[in-house]
Amino acid sequence: MLTAANTLRVTRVSSVRVESPTVKTFTFKDKLCAKARPGQFIMIWIPGVDEIPLSIMNVEKGEVSVAVKAVGEATCALHGMKVGDKVGVRGPFGSYFTETPGRVLLVGGGTGVAPLLFLAKRLSARAKRLALVMGAKTKSELLFLDQFTALCTAKSMIAATEDGSYGLKCLATEPVETLLKKENFDMIYACGPEPMVRQIFLIAEKYVIPIEASLERLMRCGLGLCGSCMIGKYRVCKDGPVFNATQLREVKDELGVSKLDFDGKRIRF
Amino acid sequence: MRGNSLSINIAGLQLKNPVILASGILGYTSASLQSIAENGVGAVVTKSIGLKPRSGYSNPTVVQTKCGLINAMGLPNPGIDAYASEIRQAKALLTVPLIVSVYGFSAEEYAETARRAVEAGADAVELNVSCPHVKETGVEIGQNPEVLVEVVRKVKAVVGKPVIVKLSPNVTDIAELAEAAADAGADALTAINTLRAMAIDIETARPILSNKRGGLSGPAIKPIALRCVYDLYEKVKIPLIGCGGITDWRDAVEFLLAGASAVQVGTAVALKSPAVFKAINRGVSAYLRKKKLESVKDLVGLAHRS
Ligand SMILES: Cc1cc2nc3c(=O)[nH]c(=O)nc-3n(C[C@H](O)[C@H](O)[C@H](O)COP(=O)(O)OP(=O)(O)OC[C@H]3O[C@@H](n4cnc5c(N)ncnc54)[C@H](O)[C@@H]3O)c2cc1C
Ligand SMILES: Cc1cc2nc3c(=O)[nH]c(=O)nc-3n(C[C@H](O)[C@H](O)[C@H](O)COP(=O)(O)O)c2cc1C
Ligand code: FES
Repeated sequence: MLTAANTLRVTRVSSVRVESPTVKTFTFKDKLCAKARPGQFIMIWIPGVDEIPLSIMNVEKGEVSVAVKAVGEATCALHGMKVGDKVGVRGPFGSYFTETPGRVLLVGGGTGVAPLLFLAKRLSARAKRLALVMGAKTKSELLFLDQFTALCTAKSMIAATEDGSYGLKCLATEPVETLLKKENFDMIYACGPEPMVRQIFLIAEKYVIPIEASLERLMRCGLGLCGSCMIGKYRVCKDGPVFNATQLREVKDELGVSKLDFDGKRIRF
Repeated sequence: MRGNSLSINIAGLQLKNPVILASGILGYTSASLQSIAENGVGAVVTKSIGLKPRSGYSNPTVVQTKCGLINAMGLPNPGIDAYASEIRQAKALLTVPLIVSVYGFSAEEYAETARRAVEAGADAVELNVSCPHVKETGVEIGQNPEVLVEVVRKVKAVVGKPVIVKLSPNVTDIAELAEAAADAGADALTAINTLRAMAIDIETARPILSNKRGGLSGPAIKPIALRCVYDLYEKVKIPLIGCGGITDWRDAVEFLLAGASAVQVGTAVALKSPAVFKAINRGVSAYLRKKKLESVKDLVGLAHRS
């Protein structure tokens, strides 16, 4: 039905935080988003520029936060915004992580750690074990290190950088496999660049560990109507963005391999 | 013989039920069309495809209002060259007719795109002469009877499959255009596409859609679409496909009674879910049983008896 979540609300930026040279966190009031679950996303309208999907990084006291990496026109315009500036919000949309209280491994890359931070906050008091493997190109792009260190089980935060400027010098996949060789987990939650998610999925399958991964596709309507965001038979905006292992198996041919571009043409990652 | 009470033939297309997926709704990929087909549709219509690729407008492309959705996607599509392989794959997967929606910036473009769609396996083409938000195509073709006639003739000349013309309500007299299309050889008509509309955000005092204007769909337009079908049933002899704001079986029955041989459903896929197709069919079946009618064919145009 026509729902409140789909309706555009205009709100003001209430705080801006610099997280890294390329990432800023924006917070604003929104009653509906404040009820969101980890893994869900919102559509943010930057008036006169664009409307883009962003994962929810936190909700607290009626406010919602998103961590945004400046990559193009819309995200750079957002980075130019100050406290008091107006943005439009739709959502929260999509599926969410299941919040399993057992032995949990989080795997994140780039801004993909944003929804995992939200999830970690929900799980830290309940999970038997909470470990995180975070990957980035270089040290300055590792996000929320302190917060994750505080939330994870002691000595369970592993960082990997491609240039070795912090933590291990490798891709996130290596420490994940090392961990799984040593110990058993009840669930892996993954979010990040899709080629990385694909590798993590394959590793999870190899070690027979349940996995849920959050995926990204081009979003237009966000309502499950236009078909811009398809992966296999699934609409990432409605059936996703969080998919379980069964669903990931069904879309294995496309996962981290190909997606639809702005024309609806299939392109490779 | 006790046949399927929901089956119906439209201009040579044999449908196992009269509920069709409308164009532009989840219609890019063969996997997506197949998944909709599994939800019990009688046929599927693809996203509108043109001769060349188009990336469409930037977001916001869809906005919800109190009474429906307004969209201005801007006809994003990969162009018929790239889409031909999707048509081939869809044909291999689907057990229901595949209708390819086609638009163009000239009669020649419509004809060439339609020809290639049929060559790739389309069971029929639907000419989008009614998109309200892209210049020099869509309704700008479909509001001028002479241009419309030329488009339909050129397509009919190169396509051996049924040609459906999708009409716009954004005209003074939809019946005049319907008659022109029918005279030019159209095999069936779809009525209607979206109505020109817009939404303005009062906080920022800006139009919300990046294209400013878009097309209204959903429950708000149903009474208008119904009236169009009712009017057209009295004016043209070719089969009609009703479209606009249909969300449940009662809406579908109304359209059949007004004279539609089938209906298309779009926005309800988002307002409800893809399960809406099955629900509509179940409801229509139950209605037929209750009214002691053997076939949906018995409903078509029933509201016109004097
Ligand atoms: C479910 C989901 C959650 C996301 N969460 C975050 C997040 O938490 N933080 C973050 O920084 N980024 C996130 N993104 C990515 C973010 O939406 C894009 O970086 C942003 O849209 C880029 O817009 P731009 O105009 O700055 O760049 P552009 O130059 O327009 O585009 C750069 C690239 O961004 C992607 N993109 C552009 N427009 C869209 C769109 N409408 N939908 C999806 N992808 C698009 C495309 O891959 C494009 O090639 C998320 C995307 C999705 C789908
Ligand atoms: C997001 C969206 C995209 C659409 N794209 C097309 C299109 O490409 N071609 C077309 O002929 N109609 C398109 N339409 C119009 C629908 O096919 C349909 O005619 C209209 O939405 C009315 O039906 P409804 O109320 O059931 O949605 C689109 C509608 C929506 C909502
Ligand atoms: S963005 Fe339109 S269906 Fe997902």
